[in-house]
Amino acid sequence: MKAFFRTILLFACFSALGLRAETGREALAKAILEPSDAEKRARLMALAGTRDEAVIPLLELWKKDALFLAPGLDGKPVPVELVGPADADGKRAAQRVDSGRPLLDASGRPLSLSPKGLKSAEHNGALRRAMRTVSDLADLSSPDASKKLRAIAAVGQAQDAEKLPALLNRLEVEQDAAAVKALREAVALIRLGSPDRAVRLAAVRELDALQSLASTDFLAKARVKAEQEKDPGLVAAVRSAELSVGRHRSVVDGAGTLFRSLSLGSILLIVALGLAITFGQMGVINMAHGEMIAIGAYTTYVVQNLFASGLALSPFGFSLSLPGLHATGAAKDAYFLVALPMSFFVAAGAGLLLERTVIRFLYRRPLESLLATWGVSLLLQQGLRLTFGANNVQVGSPAFLSGNWLVADVLLGWNRVFVIAFAACIVLGVWLALTRTSLGLLIRCVTQNRAMAACMGVRTGRVNMLTFALGSGLAGLAGAFLSQIGNVGPSLGQSYIVDSFMVVVAGGVGNLVGTVISALGIGTFDQFTQQYAPAFANAFAGVPVVGGFLQNLAQDSAVFGKILVLCGIILFLQWRPSGLFAARSRSLD
Amino acid sequence: MTKPSSPMPAAPAPPSDTVAGIVFFGAFALLVMPMLDAFGTIDHFTLNLWGKYLCYALLALSVDMLWGGTGLLSLGQALFFTLGGYMHGMYLMRMIGDQGQYHKPIPDFLVFLGWTDLPSFWRPFEHFSFAMLMVFLLPGALAFVFGWLAFRSRIKGVYFSILTQALTYAGALIFFRNNTLMGGNNGFTDFKSELGFPLADPATQRGLFVVTAAVLLLTVIGLHWLRGTKFGLVQRAIRDGENRTLFSGYATPTFKLFLFVAAAMIAAIGGALYVPQVGIINPSDMTPDKSLEAIVWVAVGGRGTLAGPILGAVAVNLLKSYATRAFPDLWLILLGGLFLLVVLFLPGGLISLPDKLRPLWAKLRRSPAPTA
Repeated sequence: MKAFFRTILLFACFSALGLRAETGREALAKAILEPSDAEKRARLMALAGTRDEAVIPLLELWKKDALFLAPGLDGKPVPVELVGPADADGKRAAQRVDSGRPLLDASGRPLSLSPKGLKSAEHNGALRRAMRTVSDLADLSSPDASKKLRAIAAVGQAQDAEKLPALLNRLEVEQDAAAVKALREAVALIRLGSPDRAVRLAAVRELDALQSLASTDFLAKARVKAEQEKDPGLVAAVRSAELSVGRHRSVVDGAGTLFRSLSLGSILLIVALGLAITFGQMGVINMAHGEMIAIGAYTTYVVQNLFASGLALSPFGFSLSLPGLHATGAAKDAYFLVALPMSFFVAAGAGLLLERTVIRFLYRRPLESLLATWGVSLLLQQGLRLTFGANNVQVGSPAFLSGNWLVADVLLGWNRVFVIAFAACIVLGVWLALTRTSLGLLIRCVTQNRAMAACMGVRTGRVNMLTFALGSGLAGLAGAFLSQIGNVGPSLGQSYIVDSFMVVVAGGVGNLVGTVISALGIGTFDQFTQQYAPAFANAFAGVPVVGGFLQNLAQDSAVFGKILVLCGIILFLQWRPSGLFAARSRSLD
Repeated sequence: MTKPSSPMPAAPAPPSDTVAGIVFFGAFALLVMPMLDAFGTIDHFTLNLWGKYLCYALLALSVDMLWGGTGLLSLGQALFFTLGGYMHGMYLMRMIGDQGQYHKPIPDFLVFLGWTDLPSFWRPFEHFSFAMLMVFLLPGALAFVFGWLAFRSRIKGVYFSILTQALTYAGALIFFRNNTLMGGNNGFTDFKSELGFPLADPATQRGLFVVTAAVLLLTVIGLHWLRGTKFGLVQRAIRDGENRTLFSGYATPTFKLFLFVAAAMIAAIGGALYVPQVGIINPSDMTPDKSLEAIVWVAVGGRGTLAGPILGAVAVNLLKSYATRAFPDLWLILLGGLFLLVVLFLPGGLISLPDKLRPLWAKLRRSPAPTA
């Protein structure tokens, strides 16, 4: 009987809202002043889906006992909030809830009130629940598209039949295609919980058509319920919907894995490209390559801080303070465009120095150059640690690199998309540099036959120096990019060095195409073995020791992927000992 | 013409010198140091520290056997060392019995992971003999499989180094996981006893020191003997010109495989002896950087010799013990710089220093003559 009464009231309020075109604030003020709890709640519920943006913050204040009832001029209480700074007596300016204008005293001046002397607006559990509903539904009309989608999805997941009318209302006016789809999905999910069989069947068909990924668990529940009710028609419909959703999920997962493969492959490519040049063209294994990457990342960090509030460093006990430009907004984001060339040149300079002081003495001794550059890598790592501290430093992403891009349910991170594009640009740039510039020509001829090039008058020492600087500069660029997708710390390079060596070894030396294919191949192999780790491990379940070991390893798919990549490379080298593209030569090493 | 990939290391010392060195070192390590400890002239900590250095010396010998002796720069020796340590560690963990923190019959970390029974692969490790067998078998088998694949496809030079580095990295990744059931990143620690002898007892530690010194001595004698045989000659031939050796009819991959497996086992014994003396083993000892550190010892001591790696392992670690306490921030810079200087300016290591200084000394002695 009470519920019936409440429903009538609700209808009354809805129609009242339509007739008088009352603002959200006015409705809220009335709700606060309403003596009856039931009606208070009904008035509150009527606020659901309101377009008045002031309402939600006011509800929050109400919940926190920060809305007060001030004595009005006519003796009736007026709901107010207190705004602005408190004066010496703890009094703050009073603002009317119903209009948002200051509360005036008899002489028309704004009133200041102390919260101590005032009664706060009351609320109870039922009212607070109603407030929650209102604020949940308010986001349905949020101008922020992603906030709106999240709110719609949350309402659908909660399967709260009370919120169905608000969704249907919104569906009628919604323009955005993504939001319409999300609304239909949410409506179908709520209707899936309906006691009426026909409604449920329609909802299942709708979910089937929508291929809604969010509905998996709900469909499973609905199937169990339908099976208990012995309703073969409904069970069949749910089964078909589950199949359709499952198919869609595997397509989305596959596409997501492919995207992650491509992005990981691009990262590997960016990281390994510099190494491929120094190793491939010069035969020098540069163990300090990882530190060149770290130098690039730290250069980005320094440039970022120069654009912001400056930087205080204390390398080796000296204190060094760099002033900042205090840029904001787009100008601050532009730091990244400055950091890219800077990181290239700083790392290239470091590489140049390294080549002149250490590596040029070791060209005939590849193993020794490996060891000496490891010594250098220790020096640089500790140097970075002493300059910038042992902890990771914060490098912020510019606004144009953050956020996601949703294409047919596949989530693409902007920074990942950017890494892929950037890798393509770098490869193109390096290819142009090697094939279209005179330095490129010299680099290639020194690679092919150093002695003959020297006889022709090529200053091979100088070419070596520039090649090494180019390779190190590319590592620096890689560092600038890694700063956008991971942590920047003194041992940043260490986490990529093994992977980049693998790329170069599998790709074969002296060929850019080999490096590209190898990086993308390793990225793909890694991501797909990670994605399908359990299935892969199960395939070996019968093999005595190996099977059990793989099953155990598959619990951590990231490690699983890395181990399999290594095994894959070792086996691959059985077939092609000098990598994908070997430099053809008749000489024996 | 084939170029040797590196300049010839210093010629081995004359046999009489080597034998005298072995006898002197053996007497010192086997008798003098434990006696000094027993009489209280040096404290237990010092003896324990030197025991650790001798284990490192075994690791250094295994590195040099491949690098100085055969021209193979393996960055995987730390992996074999740690694997040997883990195999012995599993036995020591079983010997803790129910004296752990949780007072359960299985190791603490397994209790922590929610296990109530021992995983099946842990069971045989309560037998000392099985654990010792595994100290040799597991690293040996891994070295055999990897070496067989690597050498038959003629992977050599820096390629070999890079692949062994990746192997070590992969090993560390596996052992860092908790689900491998080998203690995760904490590894094994809190050992109580070995074959019934409490490890906290100085006498047990003294015994372990003597065993380590004896194993090291036997290894040195064995390697010394090997160099004198025809096998040793082929080994040096592979280092100086692998293709020529191959074309002379020697199956170089088989020789290299034997050496790689043997070196892995030597490193593994070093690791197995290291664990009870140091009292802890964890995957951070397994990283490629640890292999490279062992290579620093060899480079500093003098590669291609028997005394050099031992000298280097002891000298660099003495320096490390001192420097990590005196200037902790600068230790890595010191290590890197030392390595850089040795590689660039002293390829023969400390052991070649007398030979290098002799002409200088002679010049110095002669030069005052004209002025006088």
